Amino acid sequence: MANILIKADRINKTYKLFAEEIRAVKDLDLEIHQGEFIAIMGPSGSGKTTLLDILGCLDGISNGKLKVLDNDVSALKESSLVKIRRANIGFVFQEFLLIPTLTALENVELPLLFAGLPQEHREAVNLLEKVGLGNRINHLPKELSGGERQRVAIARALVTSPKILFADEPTGNLDTKSGQQIFDIFRELNQKDGLTIVLTTHNNKLGLQAKRIIYLKDGSIVSREESSLFV
Amino acid sequence: MKIISVAFKNLQRKKIRSFLTIGGVAIAVAVLVSLMGFDTGYQKSLTNDIDKMGYQVLVTAKGCPYEAATLMLKGGGGLRYMEQSVFDKIAKDPRLEKISPQLAATEFDKDRQNGQGGIVLYMGVSNSYLELKPWSKFKSGKWFSSDDADEVIIGYEAAELEQRLPGDQILIPNLNKVLKVVGIFERTGTQDDGIMFIPLKAAQRIFDLPGKLTGIGIKLKDIGNLSDFEESLYNEPGIQVISMAQVKGTIFNLVSSSKAMTNSVAIIAILIAVIGVVNTILMSVFERTKEIGVMKAIGASRLDIFRIIWLETTLICVLGGVLGDIIAILGTNIVEHIIRQVLPYAPAGKLVIITPTLLLGSFLGAVVMGLIAGVYPAFRASSMRPVEAIRSGD
Repeated sequence: MANILIKADRINKTYKLFAEEIRAVKDLDLEIHQGEFIAIMGPSGSGKTTLLDILGCLDGISNGKLKVLDNDVSALKESSLVKIRRANIGFVFQEFLLIPTLTALENVELPLLFAGLPQEHREAVNLLEKVGLGNRINHLPKELSGGERQRVAIARALVTSPKILFADEPTGNLDTKSGQQIFDIFRELNQKDGLTIVLTTHNNKLGLQAKRIIYLKDGSIVSREESSLFV
Repeated sequence: MKIISVAFKNLQRKKIRSFLTIGGVAIAVAVLVSLMGFDTGYQKSLTNDIDKMGYQVLVTAKGCPYEAATLMLKGGGGLRYMEQSVFDKIAKDPRLEKISPQLAATEFDKDRQNGQGGIVLYMGVSNSYLELKPWSKFKSGKWFSSDDADEVIIGYEAAELEQRLPGDQILIPNLNKVLKVVGIFERTGTQDDGIMFIPLKAAQRIFDLPGKLTGIGIKLKDIGNLSDFEESLYNEPGIQVISMAQVKGTIFNLVSSSKAMTNSVAIIAILIAVIGVVNTILMSVFERTKEIGVMKAIGASRLDIFRIIWLETTLICVLGGVLGDIIAILGTNIVEHIIRQVLPYAPAGKLVIITPTLLLGSFLGAVVMGLIAGVYPAFRASSMRPVEAIRSGD
């Protein structure tokens, strides 16, 4: 078996919403290996996004043990989590979340700025070319279509050469065709570059194209299966 | 790309809002520069005005001392008169170095100020006048041919205004009297620039005030004898003694009490500007909660976010500071005009003096203001937790 990148051992996430305590993730075990392409699926409120946030070190866990790239992040605070994110993890969101005042290229360069690598400018251009936006690098997000914006977001997530890419409903705001195109980019990144990808989706048709599918319900994994559709 | 361009581009997002906030800072800076410039300028001009009178003591007919002081500064004329005999008596005092009798008279000229009409000030002076003011130079022409000649020497500004040259004839409108221009003074930067000088005896004759004076300017050999000298004149009936030092002090006191008011106005303007900046930046931070969250998700540390927001605030204040300095420079004349309308006595020189040091100081003040105003919004932004920020509003 390939390297284990993430290992979750009976992790829990509870938070308070008004007076009510919500257990978003319950006693969950999960291993993610180098080169995997995982789709986390399940109904709304099943804890998909919370799980993704935790695995991507955007949020801490309440209890259990979580190792991300050999770092025990179980009890780490935001100031330490940011260093792990910066070095290892890329994020893509459903709403793209590009900075509207910056051009496509500047958006992609932003993580380099935070990582203290502004000299890697060329890498940002290369990635935009790779996702098919070589001729639109100086456009503002509002001048791009939804699919194009998500491609900029993917380039932004990749510019610091992360080891894992997390995507939260990356096709949720896109039509079927653009959604499939974005999904194809993920698949290519996984197959050609060996990038480990974890995404959540509502879309069965797309989700089934991942290598491994995890179904969540009420914060627990109800089934894990290898996809038959993955090519 | 640099952090500063991220900050700068964000200010361009809501242009009107940014501009209004910058404008608030600019106004505060401009008010500050103008007030401090006025402070410097006024003291300088007033000191210049009084020092250039050339005398330390003025003797006038009894009356309200403030009125006398004001009228005297405007050209030596109360409309109260004393006898020439007073002058003859004082002139014998051995403590005097110089003494100069004056007779001021005003006439309304309906053609002045583009037909609006205005007051023309005539001043009868004797030959000793120039001794008191050795810096007075002729731009052209020369002194009167005699102390009873129908001649006039014009102050620099009055000559400019009336477009007169030596040799011209000048009419005193209501008296139907024609005077010959014999000289024009150089600019002195004092009230003298606006006055028409006439030989003393001629003035007494023309204005029908034989043997009368409005003021006597006195310079002592030893300024230390001033209070002694003043005391010796207290017994003289019908006159009062005004020392220039007193006049200066009185005017400074009048001005400084109103200065406390204007200074508090400046402080309030600055406070309002600071609150405006904090409010704007906070609003913009909250509007961008998701963006801040996503920046954190893609690797921004607390310090990175703090720097971006802090830079935005500082940029607003830097731009506001520059704009405020420009407004202050461009607005000097307007401020000067307004102050002249309001002040009981405005000296002749520039009232508002804006120095490079003042501009730089105010600009740096604005920058410091930005650094302080930015701390809280930047802290709020940097403390946002990424997950909550990104998922906010969902």
